[in-house]
Formats: sequence, C-alpha cells, structure tokens
Amino acid sequence: MTDAETADLERFRAETRAWLEANCPTEMRKPATSDADVFWGGRNAKFASEPQRVWFERMRDKGWTVPDWPKEYGGGGLSPGEHKVLRAELAKIGARPPLSSFGIWMLGPALLKYGTEAQKKEYLPKIAAGLIRWCQGYSEPNAGSDLASLQTRAESDGDDYVINGQKIWTSYANYADWIFCLVRTDPTAKKHDGISFILFDMTSKGVSTKPILLISGYSPFCETFFDNVRVPKSHVVGTVNRGWDVAKYLLQHERAMISGMGERGVGRPLGQIAADSIGTDAQGRLDDAMLRGQIASFEIDEAALAACAERAVDLAKAGQAHPAFSSAMKYYGTELNKRRYEILMSAGGVDALEWESERSRQGARPRAWLRTKANSIEGGTSEVMLGIVAKRILDLPGA
Amino acid sequence: MALVLTEEQTMLRDSARGLIGDKAPVSHLRHLRDSKDPIGFSKELWHSFAEMGFAGLLVPEEFGGSGLGCVEAGVVMEEIGRTLMPSPFLSTSVVAASALGRGGNAAQKSEYLPRVSNGSLLATLAIDEGAKHRPLQTALQAVRSGNGFRLSGAKALVVDGHVADLLIVAARTAGAAGERDGLTLFLVDPRAKGVAIERTAMVDAHNAARIEFANVEVNADGVLGEVDQGAALLDGVLDIGRGAVASEMVGLSEEVFARTVDYLKQRKQFGKLIGEFQALQHRAAQLYVDIEITRAAVMKAMQALDDDLAKASSTVAVAKARAGTTATRAVQEGVQMHGGMGMTDQFDIGFFMKRARVCEELFGDANYHAAQLARARGY
Repeated sequence: MTDAETADLERFRAETRAWLEANCPTEMRKPATSDADVFWGGRNAKFASEPQRVWFERMRDKGWTVPDWPKEYGGGGLSPGEHKVLRAELAKIGARPPLSSFGIWMLGPALLKYGTEAQKKEYLPKIAAGLIRWCQGYSEPNAGSDLASLQTRAESDGDDYVINGQKIWTSYANYADWIFCLVRTDPTAKKHDGISFILFDMTSKGVSTKPILLISGYSPFCETFFDNVRVPKSHVVGTVNRGWDVAKYLLQHERAMISGMGERGVGRPLGQIAADSIGTDAQGRLDDAMLRGQIASFEIDEAALAACAERAVDLAKAGQAHPAFSSAMKYYGTELNKRRYEILMSAGGVDALEWESERSRQGARPRAWLRTKANSIEGGTSEVMLGIVAKRILDLPGA
Repeated sequence: MALVLTEEQTMLRDSARGLIGDKAPVSHLRHLRDSKDPIGFSKELWHSFAEMGFAGLLVPEEFGGSGLGCVEAGVVMEEIGRTLMPSPFLSTSVVAASALGRGGNAAQKSEYLPRVSNGSLLATLAIDEGAKHRPLQTALQAVRSGNGFRLSGAKALVVDGHVADLLIVAARTAGAAGERDGLTLFLVDPRAKGVAIERTAMVDAHNAARIEFANVEVNADGVLGEVDQGAALLDGVLDIGRGAVASEMVGLSEEVFARTVDYLKQRKQFGKLIGEFQALQHRAAQLYVDIEITRAAVMKAMQALDDDLAKASSTVAVAKARAGTTATRAVQEGVQMHGGMGMTDQFDIGFFMKRARVCEELFGDANYHAAQLARARGY
C-alpha cells in the first residue's frame, strides 16, 4: 500500500468512526438476544423497535447494508480496504447488522457474478434496501449431502417453465417473498449438467410451505411444495442447465455465512459467564478445573479462527485465496460453535435446563444449544466439507 | 496490517528457504546427531546466516544488525522448522538479542550486539529450573556481595548452553519463588569460576544444557535492566521467544503434513492408494484446517509483538498454545499414517516428532498458556 492509500484509509476510518458515533443508536450497540432483535426486511417487515428502524434506515441510505456492492445497485461502493475498516469500526462499538438477509449473504454475490444487467438492476437494489426477503430452495427429501441428485422439475412451456416438486429445510420459507431455487431443466443429462438456477415469487400460484418443528421447539425451516408453478424463463440466472456453477458459487458464500455464525451475537466471554454461574476459588479460578481448561482451549481456538477469518479476507484481496477454503472455515466454525454451546450448557448447569420460564427467556439457551447442532449439517455437512478439502485442496485421489 | 507476507518478507522467506533447504536438510541434523558433533551445529552455516543478515536480524542497524522485526524473525524460524536445522538463531539472534536490545544499557549494547550481528558471539537465556516452564518460580539466588552479586542455583533446558559465550541468567534478588517482584537478569561469563555446564543430549538432537552456579561472582556491570524489576523485561523477551518457537512449529507442522500427504498419494494397500480411504482423507483434511488456523494465529502474534510488545501476551499465548497442539497432532498423524515406516529411524518423520516435543516444552506448553489466558481473562 502506498502512503497516499494509507492516508486515505485513515481518513476514511476517522470519518466512519465519527459517523457511527453520531448515527448508531446505543440500543443497537449490543448483541441481539432473540430472533425478534434481528431485522430481516421484506414486504411484511415490521421493526421491533424505533432504534432498529433508525439504524436500518441510516445504514440503508449510505448503502452500508451492503457496503462493498457497487453504488449503482444500492451498495456503498467501498473498496476492500474501506470495507475492512468499516467492519472493524462496527465491531469495535458492537453494532448489530442493520439488516440480515439471505439476499445479501447468498443471492447477491451470485447475481453480481452470474446475473444479467437487467437482473442485477431489478433485484440487487431491492435486496440492499431490504424490500424483498429471500429464501433458498436447494435441499430435497432425497437430495441432502448429494444435492446434485435433486428432482424438482422445470418443464418448458412457451416463455415459461412449469415447476413441480418439493424442497426441504427451506429457511424461513413461510416468511419469504421470493425464492432462489435449483430445478432440473434437463432430466436426460448427467446429474450436475441438467440443473438451472431460477428465481420466483413465493406468492405464485401453486407454492405452499409447511414449517418443520425442530428439537429446539422452533420452526426455522419449512417443507416447500411446488404444484405447477409458472415462472418466466427470463428468471433463470446464468446459463440454462449450468445452474450447478451458480449453486456452487453461492454455497461458498453460504458456508462463509454459517462459519461466521459463531462470531455473531456473542456477548460476554465464556469464562466470565461461567465464573458468574459456577463461582471462583480464592485465587479467582473457575470452581471447575476441567471446565476452566475446556473454556481456555475453546477461547484459544476461537481467537485463532478469528485470525484465520481475517487472513482469508487478506488472502482474497491479494489474490492468493483457494476457492474451496470456505469449506475449511465452515467445517471449523460450525464445530467450534457447537463446542461453545456445550460449554454454555455445562456452565449454566441446572439453570440452562429451563425450557419455558420467564427467567430463562423461554429457554433461550437450551434452544440455542440445540439449534447449533444443525450448523454442521446445513449448507453441507462437516463430512462433506472435509471431503471437499481432501479432494480440492489436498488433491487426494478420488474414492 | 494484512495477515499476508509483504513482498520484502516473501523475499526474505525465499532466501532463507534457499539457504536452509540447500545446506541444512534433515540429513544435516541426522549427520550432526550420528557423529556426536561436539558443538551440535555447523559453524560454517552460522557464518552464512550472519553474512545474510540473519544473525543480527532483530539487532538495530546502529549495532550492525538488520533492524527487522518479529514477523521477519518468525519467517526465518518457520524455515528452520521445515528442516529442523540446528542453529543458534533462536537462542542468540531471537531471545538473547531481544534481551540485550531491550534491557541493555549503552555500554552493554555496544559491547555485545555488534558481535551478535556478525555471528561471533553466541548468547542464551537461562530461565527454567524445574521440570516445567515457570518463570516466576525462579529460585536461583543472587545475593549482594561487595560491588556485585553472587549467584547460586541451577538452570535446565538452557538452549545452546554448552557453546554460548554469554549466559543471560534469570535470578532472584528479592522475594520468594512465585513472586513477580525480585527478579533480575544477569550477564554471566560461562567461563567464570563456579559455573559448571553439562551438555544434555536431548531427544531431538538439538543443543541444551544444565548449568550449575556455585557462588558465581558477577559485578554490577553484569546486571541487565533493573535490579528486582526483571519480570517486565523477561515477559517481553519470553513472549518473543514463544512467538519464534510457535513459528518454528508452524514450519515443522507444514513440512510433516506435506510429507504425510505425499505418502498418502504413493502408498498402496488393498489395491488402492491409501489416500483414497475416506477415514484418512478426513483426518488429513482436519489437520490441514488446524494448520491453516494456527498459521494465522501465529502471524497475528508476530505482528502483535512488533506492534506493541507489552500488549501482545494474550495473542502470543493463543499462538504458542495452538502451535503446540497443532504440531503435536501433525507429528502423531504423520507417524501413524506412515505406518511402520514412520517408526523407523531411517525415515525422517521421527525427527519431527522429537523436535515438536521439545518445542512444546520451550517457553511454556499449551496447558501453561491456556492457564495464562484464563488468568488474564479473569476466570
């Protein structure tokens, strides 16, 4: 970096810090404690609080719901260096994301790479402004880890496709306005070669959803059914029958998102939570020597992973990143998050077992603990991630 | 600061790798071990190190050094880790040079640092006394005597202790073992009366010694830093040493891993390459992820040391703990996946396992640093 570039970045840092200081409501400077604290946008969106609305609108107006997207599509147009500065400044004050969205994390990057100009102009600004809430139609009852064996059909009929089939584990499908969906457009081709990536409105005739009750007692996922859903052919992203390329690219972003879950919404350090709950001895050490060791080694791994995430961004900037590295991060980040919650449950002891009391905020901790068990399954299981690392990064012979 | 090497650092790495790979592959260590070499490293190679500016890498330019930082020292240590090259780089150029540079007065710096830079002076820190690294437990006594002090006690795991020209000895001038106040560092001539040095052949065939001090006289000029206030100086110097050893373990882990993956692609059993077996693929992939994460943590620590030494300790604790755990796993998987061949002395992989064990103990193992982190974070 030249001195001039460094000076520019430092100026940007000072301006950003001042702007955040003036514009981020104090209520938005602490981690979200429940799903209601998270703003997802969409046609039926409601703000949980006035500070949430203010924070979202101010960030949206600067294009900072998607800081690194081009300005013409509603983004902030920040350079990678500026984006890193903004992230650091947001983290420093503990600011919540103003908008959570599968459009931002998953569809947007895929549209930026594979979308036509008309598609980018149509969809990206609405994602940036939180106007449309998206869901992802990938997995099917018989296509989980082996996603490419999916069977949902899209048959050509004039200018439209007619879609029939079933998706499963569709996150928040019951709240979503639109879906990005993998469909089979050529049933005669080899399994990876007959898939297309298509977008459609969830209010289209023939779409229905049914929430799935999980072990956490919540229903973040749905079964989604398509019965003769008519979708214009212009809604295909990328080349017809080459949807697998789009799907894989998007999965890299999904994996990056899931691996980051461990970092989001984290409040106080684990050791202090445990100390409050269990107590300490005369030397100030946690009154459970084994748990103390587990927490310390967890925190070591957590700090190391954070350094690795930072390095992954720097490597990408330097053009030295391996495209499959998000699989490595997804594997480690999700396994680490499961460890975090095992420790939280142990630290909480009896108090972490209550499921319905006011005191336990309706069992927030045990429900979150159970939710983390999906982290190493959704978006590609840990075993699938390790397989990808073995084959694509280590170049081990195919089994 | 980006967690990738700059162009200059990449060039430094390439030149270190070129020299070390060429002159000191693992067979170099094997030869020194098998011939029971009396000094345990190659003087010729050490002179090359000095000529390339490595010996004085951390020494300021005014004392003939290269004036580089911990990130650069880590780059060289990593290359040393790849071939397990025995060299006074850690003891002299990293730890002793840091102690002299940070704690020395003008006279001490101008006496010793130029000789560190030109490779003519070997120096080492004598810190550990018990079975484990516990700097505050230092019990070696230094009592005032005339114009100076008399040192009595014993040190263990003194790296390059039997070839050093200068010993930097941590001693207790006040207080009791376990206390932070009352520690002082002394510069001791190993030929002084009362110093008894026993070279201890170690499992990894690298240099170490046990040193006994029996009423060794050191005059007031031999105090490095302030009397009774050595703990702060020691913290910084030890953290630099920890970062350096962590860097060595990253290089070691990567090399073992590369050799292991190569073996998985060559060895056939049941009519298949063993690398086709998913049980081994997944273990190899897990190890790869561990090493990548550890590499980032260690880079972060080396940058933190350069950025603000006094604030680096938690980041260094993370790095040393991670590096120890990762290297231990890498060598264990390395031997296991090499099967019977991994157990033979003829195969190099065992050398890595042995060195990893020593690196894990040097300047505190993973448990030590985990406990330090827990204490620093108040639980």
